[in-house]
Amino acid sequence: MADGTLAIELKGISKAFGPVQANRDINFAVPRGTIHGIIGENGAGKSTLMSILYGFYKADAGQIFIGGKPTAIPDSQSAIRAGIGMVFQHFKLVQNFTVLENVILGAEEGQLLNRSLAKARKVLEGLSRDYDLDVDPDALIEDLSVGHQQRVEILKALYRQADILILDEPTGVLTPAEADHLFRILEGLKDQGKTIILITHKLREIMEATDNVSVMRRGTMVATVKTAGTSPEELAELMVGRKVLLEVEKKPATPGAVVLKVEDLRVSDEHKVERLKGVSFEIRAGEILGIAGVAGNGQSELLAALGGMMRATGKVTLNGAELPLAGKGSDGQSRRRAGIAHVPEDRHHYGLILDFTAWENVAFGYFNEPEYQKNALFMDNAALREDTRRKMEKYDVRPPIPGLAAKSFSGGNQQKIVVAREMEQNPDLLLVGQPTRGVDIGAIEFIHNQIVALRDAGKAVLLVSVELDEILSLSDRIAVMFDGRLMGFRDPEKTDERELGMMMAGMAGQGEAA
Amino acid sequence: MDRLPRWADVALVPLISLLLAAIISALVLLSIGQSPVEAFDVMVDGALGSAYGWGYTLYYTTSFIFTGLSVTFAFHASMFNIGGEGQAQLGGLGVALVALALPWPHWTLALAAATLGAALFGAAWAAIPAYLQARRGSHIVITTIMFNYIAAAFLVYLLVDVLRPAGQMDPASARFPEGAHLPALNDIPGLNLIFTKPVPANVTLFIALAMAVVVWAILWQTRLGYQIRAFGKSEPAARYAGINPTFIIMVAMLMSGALAGMMSVNNVMGEAERLLQNSSEGAGFIGIAVALMGRNHPFGVVLAALLFGFLYQGGAELGLWTSIPIEMRIVVQGLVILFTGALDMMVRMLLARIFALFRSRQPGVA
Repeated sequence: MADGTLAIELKGISKAFGPVQANRDINFAVPRGTIHGIIGENGAGKSTLMSILYGFYKADAGQIFIGGKPTAIPDSQSAIRAGIGMVFQHFKLVQNFTVLENVILGAEEGQLLNRSLAKARKVLEGLSRDYDLDVDPDALIEDLSVGHQQRVEILKALYRQADILILDEPTGVLTPAEADHLFRILEGLKDQGKTIILITHKLREIMEATDNVSVMRRGTMVATVKTAGTSPEELAELMVGRKVLLEVEKKPATPGAVVLKVEDLRVSDEHKVERLKGVSFEIRAGEILGIAGVAGNGQSELLAALGGMMRATGKVTLNGAELPLAGKGSDGQSRRRAGIAHVPEDRHHYGLILDFTAWENVAFGYFNEPEYQKNALFMDNAALREDTRRKMEKYDVRPPIPGLAAKSFSGGNQQKIVVAREMEQNPDLLLVGQPTRGVDIGAIEFIHNQIVALRDAGKAVLLVSVELDEILSLSDRIAVMFDGRLMGFRDPEKTDERELGMMMAGMAGQGEAA
Repeated sequence: MDRLPRWADVALVPLISLLLAAIISALVLLSIGQSPVEAFDVMVDGALGSAYGWGYTLYYTTSFIFTGLSVTFAFHASMFNIGGEGQAQLGGLGVALVALALPWPHWTLALAAATLGAALFGAAWAAIPAYLQARRGSHIVITTIMFNYIAAAFLVYLLVDVLRPAGQMDPASARFPEGAHLPALNDIPGLNLIFTKPVPANVTLFIALAMAVVVWAILWQTRLGYQIRAFGKSEPAARYAGINPTFIIMVAMLMSGALAGMMSVNNVMGEAERLLQNSSEGAGFIGIAVALMGRNHPFGVVLAALLFGFLYQGGAELGLWTSIPIEMRIVVQGLVILFTGALDMMVRMLLARIFALFRSRQPGVA
């Protein structure tokens, strides 16, 4: 219960990485027993601040007070001792351990496990009951859904007697229903007197779940307000520092000739399981086709097959020419030459080499372009650097330093690098997967506008997203994917989230003509 | 963890690692009742104290540059080639076959042909594990190790039954013709003023240094190198970019094998002037440590090769002039590898903490 005392207070926290000031004189306080949101664009310094709180980084200056006492947090062990628990965006679980084994990992007592396990089992049962966490202690992590895995992370923190729980972008991987359940759990924790810090870039979650919200922008804390007294528009403006349009403005589409025609496309994964079970559609020039669906229903395979990353069967024609779907001429290089650009769903895994510099990443996939060659032997690294500098300025990538490693950029800026690279190649067809996953509001607006601009320039766009809002606001036509098949096509003007949601769950979907 | 300044990362960390290795070596020497100071004196004096010593140090350095570059090149494609030993021995076979094929009119021709032969044979020996990895998924570490043994056995057979001249007692090839004799450093006008006594270091040193530049240029200035590094960093991303994995694995391993093979120009042609059993004498394995210490950068490899050259020659001097057993050099090398390679992170983390402490104590900061 909130009792007016402060769970955490930060005074004058600053942290710089070389020339980049990630946190500048941060002051903020979280009352005990509240849910406190921290919102800000990617690169605003949220993660750095939380890493300082969890002992991953040491602040250059400033003090941390936990429960009113000045506390030094040189490492994560000290953070745990101070009662801080962290649930990371990417879970830190051992896949082939049981829930119980994961919970005691690092908190084992003595050399023999049995006693720790028995004790943990008892504690876990209590915790599950108190907080509606409902996790089978003997289940293997790899058998659990993502939502359940996240609960195991929460249990781990609670088992270590955390009073303050920090959740970093917790809903990024959850379905809407799982997210709702998570917020119920957090409410329950709050009622038990726990303090929760929720880091997110989703305004809706802030409005729904938090008591207070702090907004960060470019390393500083620009405001802390009561959630009840603010609005999404005001928060967005605070985050970006200017007025933001939360809706995409676009003219009606003027579709031209068919650019991409896909007939009976089938893809099987490495276990010979068919993931794409005969998909047919076409996209015209100047048109955005949005593919809606819950993650894992074949959208990734569709992008992979069209992008030349997975072999497929069926028939795909681009501007009337048939594309090979397996063997020679079906690789990513051939697809790029044919005029297909691809912003992949997972920029860390596919779209970027994180250890490479920005300019090396701008050549990624396009290293054979004549403009990047000095002569037959050598690449023109200087020209590439210059080209990158130009693209970074045009796409407002911050900081605009071509020599910086990709991993040093925030998520939104990494995505802008990928988007800049793919769009500036002037493709006939753009494949975009989850264009704004883990991307901040300012960058979302920018990326959306770029996609619409490409459409208006007469290009075809295939947009895959699990964010229904995004599909609804960008697409000229919507197809819903379920279990490797298209459930039907809809006009975004004549449908709503409810109907699409039903189709995404595999129900109904009397298809209008493709 | 806080990051280190670049100079500390590149220079300070290896220096501290070396210092730690030296301290432990000294303790080992003390424990067997020997004087570390004397040992250090003998090593430095023997390896670096005279042109003659340098002639040996540079000879070993040459071999280690080749094998270090070999490991480095494959490493950038995320291939751990530990078959340098076998590839070097096959390279030796290539050198021997070329050298014995003709009465060479001039050493430059012989050198060019022998280098090519060594590279081709080394590459060919790497090609089989590379193909097995690229197409069949057999792990390169396992296959290259096995190929070291196969190479050794194969060469024993060749030296005993095929290449050994009739009537010769030891398993070795015939002596190479006079035209295939490479100038040692003491044969080169200008350098012979420094190297007045015959030394084993020879013109191959310059090929090694040139190859360091070539490897650097390929990896960081060409499309091929770009693709190799991209593939090495992330195979799924490489697939997205349309980089052909089979092609990259084959090219990287062939080049790696060629570099390892070229080492044999130094020892087989430049020094022994005939093919002996176990000609590479473990240099293929030292290459792993050299690449590790050189941070998989060609210029780092040259410096690390020099260090290991010093250790090799200095260690040999120990056996010669002191009652310290020659095996001590293996202990010292082992410690250097342990500290610069395996325990690198330990030093790095410690330094990062010290730097963080130092930073937070700067004036004007609480």
